[in-house]
Amino acid sequence: MELLVASAIGVLTAGGIYLVLRLRTFPVILGISLLTYAVNVFLFASGRLTIGAGPILNRYEDLTYADPLPQALVLTAIVISFGMTAVVVMIALGAFLGANDDHVDDIDDTEESAQ
Amino acid sequence: MTHWLIVPVVLPALMAPFIVLAARYHLSIQRVMSVATMLALVALGAGLMWQTSDGTVLLYQLGDWAAPFGIVLVGDRLSTMMVLLTAILALFVLIYAIGSGWDTRGRHFHALYQFQLMGILGAFLTGDLFNLFVFFEVLLIASYGLMIHAGGNERLKAGVQYVLFNLLGSTLFLFALGSIYAETGTLNMADLAIRVQGLEPGAETAGLRVAAVLLILVFAIKAALVPLHFWLPSSYAEAPAPVAALFAIMTKVGAYAIIRVYTMVFPAEIEATAGLHGTWLLPLALVSVAVGALGILAAKKLDRLVTFAVISSMGTVLVAVGMFSQVGIAAALYYMLHSTLAAAILFLVVDLTRHGRDTLQLITRAPVAGAALTAGLFFFGAIAMTGLPPLSGFLGKIMVLQAGFAQPAAVWIFSVILISSLVSVVGFGRAGSTVYWKANIVEPDPESEATAPSVMAYAGVGGLAAVLILLTVFAGQVHSYTQATSAQLFAPNTYLSVVLETPGKLSDPKGGE
Repeated sequence: MELLVASAIGVLTAGGIYLVLRLRTFPVILGISLLTYAVNVFLFASGRLTIGAGPILNRYEDLTYADPLPQALVLTAIVISFGMTAVVVMIALGAFLGANDDHVDDIDDTEESAQ
Repeated sequence: MTHWLIVPVVLPALMAPFIVLAARYHLSIQRVMSVATMLALVALGAGLMWQTSDGTVLLYQLGDWAAPFGIVLVGDRLSTMMVLLTAILALFVLIYAIGSGWDTRGRHFHALYQFQLMGILGAFLTGDLFNLFVFFEVLLIASYGLMIHAGGNERLKAGVQYVLFNLLGSTLFLFALGSIYAETGTLNMADLAIRVQGLEPGAETAGLRVAAVLLILVFAIKAALVPLHFWLPSSYAEAPAPVAALFAIMTKVGAYAIIRVYTMVFPAEIEATAGLHGTWLLPLALVSVAVGALGILAAKKLDRLVTFAVISSMGTVLVAVGMFSQVGIAAALYYMLHSTLAAAILFLVVDLTRHGRDTLQLITRAPVAGAALTAGLFFFGAIAMTGLPPLSGFLGKIMVLQAGFAQPAAVWIFSVILISSLVSVVGFGRAGSTVYWKANIVEPDPESEATAPSVMAYAGVGGLAAVLILLTVFAGQVHSYTQATSAQLFAPNTYLSVVLETPGKLSDPKGGE
């Protein structure tokens, strides 16, 4: 299972970084979403991988339990990244509709300075 | 336990929804509430600073849960000083925003402004790394809204870049936090400091080292350290002027986080993270100083020139931080106070200059009403920013150089800072003489109807200038305060014991289970 989780994080991160380095906003936003998925899984794994255990100490049975803190952290991280993705989509749409151009790099200002 | 410590976070957090819900269509009520909140925050900041000035560490346990299980807010000399600085800056910038009418050019300016302050003040006060992440997000979310306030294509485009860059930074931050938690099992700064110090020599520290590097990358992005500064020039130049002036404190949040985490959690003498401080931070900070100075010389527009001045001055702050010595941090803190005020003044002056001009490019235009006062303020701001006597920039740079004297890299520190100062003086001199000095050679346009900017706008800039003058006049007192702050940072035992040994709900560290 460690291999599966680790490679999932790795593949998501690699794909995310590739997309983030693209020139247009849509792939970049997709890349950021992939990166946030990767980081969410990574945060889960930071509390060690546990199968079939509740996130709470159980006084009657054995002491197997899942670390509850990463779950709380992931919840916060998911909410924040979800909201942020929505915000960036709106701003990018506004910029695209306004300038009819969805490149993320700076506008070439040679014309402006030539005046 | 004092409850005052949480008020700087709660007050703007309550005021913002009040402004949105109750005063939505009443700009004058919004303005009054906003200014009243700022005044209250200044008073609070001063009160907290006075309380902590004798070395007391204030602690607030949220929900009465004891650290490290609950989240704590901690106020020591450093945090309360930054709270007061933020409140003073925000007050005068708000006065400018009202005076210049920026708050009427879009909706919800005041509400976003309050949320922005909530995030910044929370980031200064929190004692928990994950909570620091949350407050970073609060201040970023508000800053996205403020950044594109009043709209416009250029601004939206710069806004997209700014948001994307910061989203990447947040992702990195989460990766760093995950690694830290996986390695140490805690995210409370004080608890973390004790666990990192308790590592046995020879223990496996690969994960911890990765986390330390990731974390300093995140803070360096916030502090605009070269080569992570690319987001700053276009976003600060395109942001509305009062927002850019408020953003002057945001780069300092990054510097604050570096000082806090890398003096307490990963101090220079820890074996696992040795080399991170001297090998990387100091040289890159020197490169920032140089790149900023070159940018000042190369800028074609006045607003870009100021953004590069910000990069250069952040570089100077980080040079002093990168020494990680007691005198170094003391100098960094003094320079940080100065550079926040100077950058804010310059951003506001650029906006005053835009008043009545068609372009901010460095082209001579005819003088307009109010130009003399604006030019005078630019002169003042430029002197402060470049570090010419007699203002605090000069004193701050002397302190940084004095601290650098004992460093092995002293030759580099001296030559880079001094040469870059000269280059920025030339850059500012050239820009100032083209934009302001030569204005009289152009015939004024008789049909121009531009009126002088309002008195209240000048009052905002003037207030910041007055604070800067006070910082210069009382430099001795302020510097001895920053020295005491630095001493407290290098002797974190009081901080650690207050945070970890104060009993709370369900936990009594002294009495056992």
